Amino acid sequence: MDLGLDGGFADPVLQSQTAFRAIMDALANPGAVQRLVAPGSPTSSIPPELVSTLLTLSDHDTSIWLDDSLRADSAVLQFVSFHTGAPVVREPGRAAFAFAAGAEHLPRFDQFNLGTQEYPDRSTTIVLAVPALTGGPDLIIRGPGIKDHGRISPVGLPEDFIGQWSANRELFPRGIDLLLVAEGAVLGLPRSTRIAEGH
Amino acid sequence: MTTLPQYNFAYLDEQTKRMIRRAILKAIAIPGYQVPFSSREMPMPYGWGTGGVQVTASIIGPDDVLKVIDQGADDTTNAVSIRAFFAKVAQVETTTHTSDATIIQTRHRIPEKALSKGQVLVYQVPIPEPLRFLEPRETETRKMHALEEYGLMHVKLYEDIARHGRIATTYAYPVKVEGRYVMDPSPTPKFDNPKMHMSEALQLFGAGREHRIYAVPPHTEVVSLDFEDHPFAIQHFEQPCALCGAEQVYLDEVILDDRGGHMYVCSDTDHCEERRAAGHVGDLGVKEAAE
Repeated sequence: MDLGLDGGFADPVLQSQTAFRAIMDALANPGAVQRLVAPGSPTSSIPPELVSTLLTLSDHDTSIWLDDSLRADSAVLQFVSFHTGAPVVREPGRAAFAFAAGAEHLPRFDQFNLGTQEYPDRSTTIVLAVPALTGGPDLIIRGPGIKDHGRISPVGLPEDFIGQWSANRELFPRGIDLLLVAEGAVLGLPRSTRIAEGH
Repeated sequence: MTTLPQYNFAYLDEQTKRMIRRAILKAIAIPGYQVPFSSREMPMPYGWGTGGVQVTASIIGPDDVLKVIDQGADDTTNAVSIRAFFAKVAQVETTTHTSDATIIQTRHRIPEKALSKGQVLVYQVPIPEPLRFLEPRETETRKMHALEEYGLMHVKLYEDIARHGRIATTYAYPVKVEGRYVMDPSPTPKFDNPKMHMSEALQLFGAGREHRIYAVPPHTEVVSLDFEDHPFAIQHFEQPCALCGAEQVYLDEVILDDRGGHMYVCSDTDHCEERRAAGHVGDLGVKEAAE
């Protein structure tokens, strides 16, 4: 019987440190793609970059939300349960972290926990696996961590991304933070970032 | 030979590191906002930088090079013991050179040399709440931050002007981050405030006793509070460093005898040493032996 023991970090202490620094640098320098250590996946339905962020950030203190494709795979649930002990919640509004293998199953950003004006840190961090971090439509980003302005072009963003993100930015200091992962790398978009279509 | 007890890499257990790391990520996403975290007992007393140590322990990896300063100096007790702590529990390389370090933990100074991309400056913070001495209740200060109600802070600065003719606050001078949160830059001299503005480095603040972590990402606006008719100004020193002749740096007064003799020297010891090694000599300095 498979108990979800397979996969994960071979060296949890140092690999989660390396992965954390990549995530920290990604959020501190929005738009700058950071290499992310990719551990073995328990099953093909969860991309290794999601496994990496999941193992680095979540534990029994963090409720996590998984999209339908991940939740439908019992191997993913067993893996999460064995390696992190994190409670899996069905309501996006209760999640500290949300993991999605693709944008098609992701609820709108305002369905997640947006934090409160007193405690904006209690909002959800969404980790979204996309097909690629470059090669898509050009977007211009500005805000803390970005010198003047930057450009990103991820592929496979949620529908009405610019509109959803502007609404999220309007809520500052409340709002979700977004990590896009693909091809062994991570790109951070904290709530403080302003995004506009490039030309 | 004594055997040391086996600690996890960088002393903290993994669950604690994850908790602190999550707080750091939220702090970066909301520049200037104080994220509560579950501060741990550290093998050093509060006031010795337990907040900074916990932040450093949660981000440090084997490839990092660590520098620790206390009031600008690499060779004071606090700096030496924290450096030794991480050399022991994380086996990291340590340095006194600002430009060689990837992580700089600091108590009450920002190095004179401009920090560069990729460096992380970790501040040890005693009282993270800039409004605390004006309003002792946490419930109230939290509401004031939530509503962006910072009038009280301006009243305090105004009272300074009414009483002294100028803003008398010289350290822990309040700043506004990215036009939103008023933040305590920790008890650094106001001389260092302009260095926080649009810095290339990531700045993380850890307050152990007060259980708070906050951050200023690189390229972030940090503005010292002031009034149009009383603009913010940093301290100016009448004379250069007595050892290296540096101007436009923060100086410490050193008492030389019991007859009023004194000298002013760079507070940033690494900066002073580098200048002397490069041949700069102040009034009371001596030429390097090699020359």
